[in-house]
Amino acid sequence: MHLICCPFCGNRDETEFRFAVEAGKRRGSVSSSPDEWAKYLYFQNNVKGDTREVWMHLTCGELFILSRNSVTHSIHGSEPVRKAAEA
Amino acid sequence: MGGGGHGLATAYYLAKNHGISNVAILEKGWIGGGNTGRNTTAVRSNYFYPESVALYEFSLQLYERLSKELNYNIMLSQRGGLNVAHSEMDMEIAARLVNAMQINGIDAELFDRRQVLKVVPLLNTGPNARYPVFGGVWQGRAGICRHDAVAWGYARAASHLGVDIIQNCEVLDFIIEGGACRGVSTSRGEIRSDRVAMAVAGHSSMLSAKAGFSLPIQSYSLQAMVSEPVKPVLDTALLSIGTGTYANQSDKGEIVFGGGLDRIPSYAQRGNPPAHDHTISGLIEMFPAFGQLKILRQWAGIVDVTPDSSPIIGPSPIPGLYLDCGWGTGGFKAIPAGGWLLAHLMATGSHHEISKPFDLDRFTTGRLIDEAAGSGIAH
Ligand SMILES: Cc1cc2nc3c(=O)[nH]c(=O)nc-3n(C[C@H](O)[C@H](O)[C@H](O)COP(=O)(O)OP(=O)(O)OC[C@H]3O[C@@H](n4cnc5c(N)ncnc54)[C@H](O)[C@@H]3O)c2cc1C
Ligand SMILES: [Zn+2]
Repeated sequence: MHLICCPFCGNRDETEFRFAVEAGKRRGSVSSSPDEWAKYLYFQNNVKGDTREVWMHLTCGELFILSRNSVTHSIHGSEPVRKAAEA
Repeated sequence: MGGGGHGLATAYYLAKNHGISNVAILEKGWIGGGNTGRNTTAVRSNYFYPESVALYEFSLQLYERLSKELNYNIMLSQRGGLNVAHSEMDMEIAARLVNAMQINGIDAELFDRRQVLKVVPLLNTGPNARYPVFGGVWQGRAGICRHDAVAWGYARAASHLGVDIIQNCEVLDFIIEGGACRGVSTSRGEIRSDRVAMAVAGHSSMLSAKAGFSLPIQSYSLQAMVSEPVKPVLDTALLSIGTGTYANQSDKGEIVFGGGLDRIPSYAQRGNPPAHDHTISGLIEMFPAFGQLKILRQWAGIVDVTPDSSPIIGPSPIPGLYLDCGWGTGGFKAIPAGGWLLAHLMATGSHHEISKPFDLDRFTTGRLIDEAAGSGIAH
């Protein structure tokens, strides 16, 4: 069983989680160009190796930042989105 | 870059259609060792949008004459493809799909329950079936063909025309001069060329990062399995709209089957248990008799998934560097077309009319070709 750590609920099975988007994207504004919107909406770095991503724990409904490795699937830690945004 | 079906077909058509034989295929492993040799070989052209139909139908027609053209038996078996519908709602979606396909000139038919059970009598008709059979979408010209033969057929034909196929040669970086791509550096040294294309499927983002741009692609594992061989029991390429599992029987007698993507973006070429279990439970639900079969092998490929489940063919942001990627879970059927269109683009410098809608610019203009929403079927 592949366990993923929710910062609120602890280790749970992978089927309780959903990948949302890679971390660090910033939403544009009305003055953003089509290119900037395309980058925000669709383009990904899609890193092979250590990644930082936004995930949702479907069971509690919280979004959080997950650090993991996209090749080995090892989990390195997770933190609430708000904490990451404040840092 | 990339000795999968798309790279090999591109080299072949560069030489054959455009007389350009000074071509090198750079493959980090062995040819056909990526998704081309890992896929479940369903070929069909029953897509939803006209742009997609133009692309996949062109490809199917090239497949139909490929054995002869390459003098290599690709074992194309147009046994018919069936998407089974399991409810009134599924049937409405099926009817909408068939209508769209017929308008696009594709040989699609709406089957009722009786017609479905006539072509696939083993389907679960028990009183407790979780997914009862209501009908389905049939394309008579769909089917399967031999994946290794497609890779090897194109490779041999390209090689005969003077193409160099270099295996165990990983592209590590790009030679960029004056803002344009002038070649690549590889694990076996530098190679210079003013026209470079990448057809590296799940590893597209890694290479594009080296060239300094990102792509609208996320890499996922997609799994498949085969059972032990048995006598002929299934002579169509079958997909269940309800369970998401699809299956066909190989010429050796193995049941080849798979399902949806793994849930987790991944570069691990193996697949996680939840998607695996889901696929198997779908198969057993559809075919209770298959519960007795032993699974011989399970594997995964890393597929390059775009937001609209349509491929990207076109120039990259770097002059001299071209893209053929984003085929995701369904690019085997498109190998002849992908190769033809990429060769056209590289040789002439401009799009073929079929590849134009699949340019990278659609993500900026908003003209997505959303097959995930349109046809709702992968592979
Ligand atoms: C389990 C599974 C089932 C599928 N089922 C179907 C199906 O039924 N029907 C269908 O139409 N499609 C199916 N697909 C999708 C299909 O397999 C792919 O879309 C298609 O094979 C892609 O071909 P390609 O040539 O682009 O990629 P690949 O065949 O993956 O070739 C890319 C090559 O690039 C090489 N490469 C990567 N990085 C580098 C580098 N840096 N330098 C040099 N070489 C590099 C890789 O080693 C690889 O050989 C399936 C895929 C999987 C995984
Ligand atoms: Zn939680």
